[in-house]
Amino acid sequence: MIIHHPILGPRDAQEFVYLGDASLIDRPDGMTAGVEAFHDYLYQRTNPAGEHQELWYHEQGDRSWLVVTRNTVTHEITKVELAREVARARGRTK
Amino acid sequence: MVSLQPLTALGRREATTVTQGPLSITERSDVALASVAVRKGRGTDLAKAAEKADIPLPGPATHQPGTPYSAFWITPEMWFVEAPYASHELIADLLKHALGDAASITEQTDAWVAFDLTAPDLAPLLERLCNVDYAAQPEGYATRTVMDHLGVYLIKHGRGSARIYGPRSSAESLLHAIETAAHSVW
Repeated sequence: MIIHHPILGPRDAQEFVYLGDASLIDRPDGMTAGVEAFHDYLYQRTNPAGEHQELWYHEQGDRSWLVVTRNTVTHEITKVELAREVARARGRTK
Repeated sequence: MVSLQPLTALGRREATTVTQGPLSITERSDVALASVAVRKGRGTDLAKAAEKADIPLPGPATHQPGTPYSAFWITPEMWFVEAPYASHELIADLLKHALGDAASITEQTDAWVAFDLTAPDLAPLLERLCNVDYAAQPEGYATRTVMDHLGVYLIKHGRGSARIYGPRSSAESLLHAIETAAHSVW
């Protein structure tokens, strides 16, 4: 499998480490959101057969975090973005 | 009075050169190294300061040579800067002075072992060592990759000239990996 890194171009998937669902970016505010929201953030995952956004880490490369949009049925990768930019687009400051 | 002797990464008094057929592997103990990372939102300030101080900050996957400072990109907004050890032993202090508070700078000289590889064509060797398509990459290509389970930086200076930075504590293992691959080529 090849992942098209947004900066470095096509890279072999073996260079990357898979973390999981990209919803991990949306961590609720621990001071205000309440324990239920945090429980769901920590333990609840959707497991779609189809398009899925995932966090991948370029461990054997530039060590950037990526958000990879992958079809879990066909393994086709339709989009690769820097996680930093995705997080900022969702209103995070870092 | 304690008398201290500097040792190279391979634990010897002098840098080592190993040859195998047309290949020579030269340990470089005369390179000072430091990492430069942009502080949050200070990219423009850093670019200005670096230009003034003649410190190159090249684009992704690129090495840019210069005198005295050369540099290569390692990750977004971060570079490794190289300089001659004899004149820039205190490279981190010199860079801090030149770049001010726009960047975070870390001394790296003694964290790495540097090997210069020379041969007419390094592609047959490097394709056995890592997954970089060496022949297809342009001169000045710099990337991080893995050789024998060791994370290394590979810089292509030419078809037959490259530098590898590997973890200093695994210097002997990295050299062994290169030698083993070289034996199967030449």
